[in-house]
Amino acid sequence: MGQTGAGMPTISVRDKVIGIIAQQAVLTPADIAPDQTLEDLGIDSLGLVESIFAIEEAFDIAVPFNANDPGGGDFDISSVAAIIAAVEALVAARPEPGPGLSPGPSLA
Amino acid sequence: MKRVVITGAGTINALGLNVAQTLAAMREGRCAIGPLDIRDIDRLSVQIGAQVKGYDETAHFNRQQIALYDRFTQFTLLSAKEAVAQAGLVFEGELAARAGVVLGTSGGGLNTQDENYRVVYEEGKNRVHPFIVPKLMNNAAASHVSIEYNLKGPSFTVATACASSNHAMGLAFQMIRSGGCTVMLTGGSEAMLCFGGIKAWEGLRVMSRDACRPFSANRNGMVQGEGAATFVFEEYEHARARGAVMLAEVAGFAMTSDASDIVMPTAQGAERAMTGALRDAGLNPSEVGYINAHGTGTAANDKTECAAVAHAFGPDADRLMISSTKSMHGHLIGGTGAVELLACIMALRDGIIAPTVGYEEADPECALDVVPNVAREARVDAVLSNAFAFGGLNAVLALRRL
Repeated sequence: MGQTGAGMPTISVRDKVIGIIAQQAVLTPADIAPDQTLEDLGIDSLGLVESIFAIEEAFDIAVPFNANDPGGGDFDISSVAAIIAAVEALVAARPEPGPGLSPGPSLA
Repeated sequence: MKRVVITGAGTINALGLNVAQTLAAMREGRCAIGPLDIRDIDRLSVQIGAQVKGYDETAHFNRQQIALYDRFTQFTLLSAKEAVAQAGLVFEGELAARAGVVLGTSGGGLNTQDENYRVVYEEGKNRVHPFIVPKLMNNAAASHVSIEYNLKGPSFTVATACASSNHAMGLAFQMIRSGGCTVMLTGGSEAMLCFGGIKAWEGLRVMSRDACRPFSANRNGMVQGEGAATFVFEEYEHARARGAVMLAEVAGFAMTSDASDIVMPTAQGAERAMTGALRDAGLNPSEVGYINAHGTGTAANDKTECAAVAHAFGPDADRLMISSTKSMHGHLIGGTGAVELLACIMALRDGIIAPTVGYEEADPECALDVVPNVAREARVDAVLSNAFAFGGLNAVLALRRL
């Protein structure tokens, strides 16, 4: 099922996302389990917004996320695994930057 | 203790270029939120706001003035002119010494900062105009009002984010009530609709991309506005002696702090501010007919505010009307309480309750009479105006009909 359209190994997306979440939760990546929720990890709404920002910066993607409705939208934040899957989908859908072009933010 | 009345009002905001236009728009339930016309809009994900459209600074100010007046100062001066003209006051001698100006703003001269950061960072220039500092400083508007009208008493600026104007007006009220001043110009101004001003808000992920729908179950965030409102607060006997028209009485004021979280509000802090304002005004909850809500249209504010009102007013919460005019003029941040006080005066003086427009779907967590979409006629004797800022700073004013 793995989509590798962006040419990036899926494992690195997973590691990067876990790294970001671990940093926000003040834990080591080894402490993060895929089935955990952000709440389990002690990440509050501010921490969530900061994590989303860090993910956008790390992968050069725009995450559809509105703090007024964290569960709404297309970006599933219900668990660590769900976030990884959602980021993988956004990375796969990311347009390949052309040679010499700096990838601009793709805003809806 | 002295009594305090409002003897003049002025405004410029997205709903109107003066008080009459603004109140007419509120009566009609007109929404001034629309596509923003600002530089680099294509790089913003939030592209709507309540902008003062068709505004030409050169129609109001000369070149020397524009060199010193940021947009937020211009808005202040235009609204102050209308307010002072209505009050019919001239500030000379003893009155000038006992008169001052306290204004709220959050961003101050943010357009000036934005433009000049562009000049030095983006365009790489190494020289800026000599008046950038006096133009961008947060007290510029208050100082220019003081200069323009010869106000020689206490003048300063309050910056408490979204509660700035209410804090400012509350302090002006207290200064007159305590006998320290006879007349205070007060209110607030904001002109934050520039690339940097919106980009910063965008980052917080609380902005709506399509509409401001306070209290509606499908609300999805706040929408910024801009403009100013200025009022003349005057000691009652002074106003009566000169036969001034009194628009309303400022009856009470309270401020509290959540002491909790930098962005998430608590119902307790808001409730204590409302009950404090009632106590300060000597009002019973049953006497309040209308509350101008903070009502930002975010998930967090609206449900917290409704819980606070329900708790503060008990059974009376089901009887009173509460509306958010931000649905029409947007959130003016540091200037918002000032523009919203106009809706309070309209309720008391004209018996017309401004609606919450954009209301589409009932939310069980906001189960109050939010005056959805259409203005209502009702006689009310007392009103509250709520403002709850980021940082957990709450300021509530109580007004009474004269």
